[in-house]
Amino acid sequence: MHTPIHSQPGDIDPGPWLLRLEHVSKRFGGVQALDDIAFNVRPGEVLCLAGENGCGKSTLIKTVSGVHAPEPGAVMQWDGQDMLGIDPARARELGIQVIWQDLALFPEMSVAENIAFERNLGRRPRLVKTAAMRAQAAEILDSLGVNIDLDARVASLSIANRQLVAIARALIANARLVFMDEPTASLSRHETEALIDIVRRLSAQGIAVVFVSHRLAEVLDICSRVTVLRDGCYVGTYSTEGMTQSRLTELMTGRQFDYRTRPAPTGDGEPRLSVRGLTRQGEYRDIDLDIRPGEIVGLTGRLGAGRTELALSLFGMRRPERGQILLDGRPLRMTSNRDAIRAGIAYVSEDRLSLGLVQQQAIADNIAITVLGRLLNRAGLLSPRRQTGLVADWIRRLKVKVGSPQDPVSSLSGGNQQRIVLAKWLATEPRLLILDSPTVGVDVGARAGIFEIVAELAAQGMAILLISDETPEVYFNADRVLHMRDGRLVESFIPAHTELERIEEAVHA
Amino acid sequence: MRKFLPRLGSTELWLIAVIAVICGGLALTTDTFLTLVNLLDLLNYSAVNVIFAAGLLVVLVAGGIDISFAVAASVVQYLVATTLLSLGGGGWVLGFALSIGFGALLGAFNAALIHHFRIISIVVTIATFNLFFGLLMFFTDGVSIYNLPDWLVERVVLFEHETANGWAELTLPVAVMAVVVLATWLLLRRLNLGRQLFAMGDNPEAARRLGIGIAKMHYLAYGWLGACAGIAGLMQMHYAQEVVPNALYGRELDVLAAVVLGGARLGGGRGTLLGAVLGLALIAITQNGLNLLGISPYAFRMIVGAIILIAICMSGETLDVLRTRLARRRAAPRQEVLS
Repeated sequence: MHTPIHSQPGDIDPGPWLLRLEHVSKRFGGVQALDDIAFNVRPGEVLCLAGENGCGKSTLIKTVSGVHAPEPGAVMQWDGQDMLGIDPARARELGIQVIWQDLALFPEMSVAENIAFERNLGRRPRLVKTAAMRAQAAEILDSLGVNIDLDARVASLSIANRQLVAIARALIANARLVFMDEPTASLSRHETEALIDIVRRLSAQGIAVVFVSHRLAEVLDICSRVTVLRDGCYVGTYSTEGMTQSRLTELMTGRQFDYRTRPAPTGDGEPRLSVRGLTRQGEYRDIDLDIRPGEIVGLTGRLGAGRTELALSLFGMRRPERGQILLDGRPLRMTSNRDAIRAGIAYVSEDRLSLGLVQQQAIADNIAITVLGRLLNRAGLLSPRRQTGLVADWIRRLKVKVGSPQDPVSSLSGGNQQRIVLAKWLATEPRLLILDSPTVGVDVGARAGIFEIVAELAAQGMAILLISDETPEVYFNADRVLHMRDGRLVESFIPAHTELERIEEAVHA
Repeated sequence: MRKFLPRLGSTELWLIAVIAVICGGLALTTDTFLTLVNLLDLLNYSAVNVIFAAGLLVVLVAGGIDISFAVAASVVQYLVATTLLSLGGGGWVLGFALSIGFGALLGAFNAALIHHFRIISIVVTIATFNLFFGLLMFFTDGVSIYNLPDWLVERVVLFEHETANGWAELTLPVAVMAVVVLATWLLLRRLNLGRQLFAMGDNPEAARRLGIGIAKMHYLAYGWLGACAGIAGLMQMHYAQEVVPNALYGRELDVLAAVVLGGARLGGGRGTLLGAVLGLALIAITQNGLNLLGISPYAFRMIVGAIILIAICMSGETLDVLRTRLARRRAAPRQEVLS
């Protein structure tokens, strides 16, 4: 049994804390964002801050970095000294750096200038010291053991390299505590490993790292302790030794989930989707693929293996050069995704925030946008009554938590936004549903909810292609797992008959 | 070290190539284009626009836009002229000081509205464009000022040379243009404040988190453009030897088009002075050439508009997109199996 370390101060070396927070609360209007939080970091340790979306992690980071001031009564100490009342500039002076998920870089500027931009700050006019900036940037990249062209525009870098630039920028300011907010969310497994190496290197240099991630395996792998928050409250701080993913999930959500694979597929019935010899140069080649009604087929592989490109071709958005796509035995000729939608194919995109939803528009409008043609009344105008009916139906069926269907989508949490995307596509009554990385940025509890829905849809006879680069996700939620590498399908696994480790090895070897 | 300076970008190279072709064509088809007299005239005439463009580039780079600067320059002309006349004359020093001061004030007015009321810059400056121009026409009744002080209307010749085609002259506005361009270059490329402007235009949220003073940056950008507009107004007044209230009306769009043609991005973070100057040069040379070729001035706008469209469509990035698309089509000549 894991007991919170915090509640038993005698159990641990009280040691010198780098950062010590006690009784930190924060209220925004009527919302209690943080309620009596304790949070302690030792010099040079790698600590995880875990919790579902909206649990108060961001508020806590902003409080430590001086953006928000806590309610009176809080204790905040840095190196044993009182640090209440700091502002962001002072926090940076102390050595507190935050790498936000959006990285906050300047895409049009060079790598060197991004890393050493602090030298450009200040309110008085001063000459830019280009040579010194370059030298400083080169030195810090060297110390990280990475090699990035100093003159490259940041916009031209991969996400992983941008991350490294952001880390380098944090370190240049003599950071002693670095918060990393979801640093691995858009990295491939390989890039994640490289990042974890860097985190270890920082830790060895005595720089403490607070890691925020939804990927629990990663958290347990890299961190020595984990502090869990739930609904703005402090749950506890635990050693990661002996901690399991399911236990951590339980602590974060306050609920229990069981991880079991789906039963082995029976393998009868005509395929809903058949793909033969599909090829598009430089993206994927010779793809053969069958999905039967009611079957969930997982597609995994490293980033850049061609998964998303294949999905876009199945959705009519990238024309293959050779090969055949058959839906219910009939060849499909698609010139755009409108043909795909008409044929009964729905695609939930990887990047739901920018591609899947119109953030400022009402929830109801977002759901109805794919089926506007069916909502017309006799005069050919949009029928508000039909729309309200449709929207209410889907909100109920997918258990979306909304205030009002007229609220903007941006007011919803990540998990609920993902449900709205699903609703929007399910409203087209698809026969084939393609889900591309449906849980990116969605927390554990909400993930389980989404996969419950997916399983239900399969049970009703829908054919589902589930794409994800998180192997466990496809392992636990698909009937069959296909492994894609360098544009080809190289292997097929049945989770019920295969160990997860075996698939992970194959994918990441 | 010129590592932070942009290496000559594709936009600049492309513009240089187009300008070279046009110049070559004009040199072959007209006798007058490639003469010192004509080229220096072109420079004298374009100086005012280049001064405007330098200021506008600062605002564009910082992520804003300004429609009001040309009529603001007209307002400054009136304010400067009437102040000078009421003071009994003055001189160049006072003239520049007043122009820069009034110009910066009008720019600061825009900045204040944009920053403190959080209104987007295009809306603010369309409103102030109308406000400035309306006030000007109302208070002046559209009457021009001709009795400017002597020092202001006397031509200041910096260089002259007699050629077969007449006197070739380089005048004061060109020198002022050079100073303004140099100062703007210094600001944008060499000073920390200029880098902060770029940063704000590139990623405003990141700039805010780094603690860059957003208010100060707004005042700097619009104030700089205002000051440039004031100087441009003074030079235009000097060049034209009169103040006509609607003389600069409409100039804002010409300058804006030229600066965007030169690679400045609407939305901020990207733009170079060289590009802006080349963009202006392309348009000025085209107009000059059409003039020399005896083409009706009514055709100018049409042709200039077409050139801007063609140039932007053919710019480096657009060509890259077309090239990959073409390559893909070649790789897949037919889609017989798909049907």
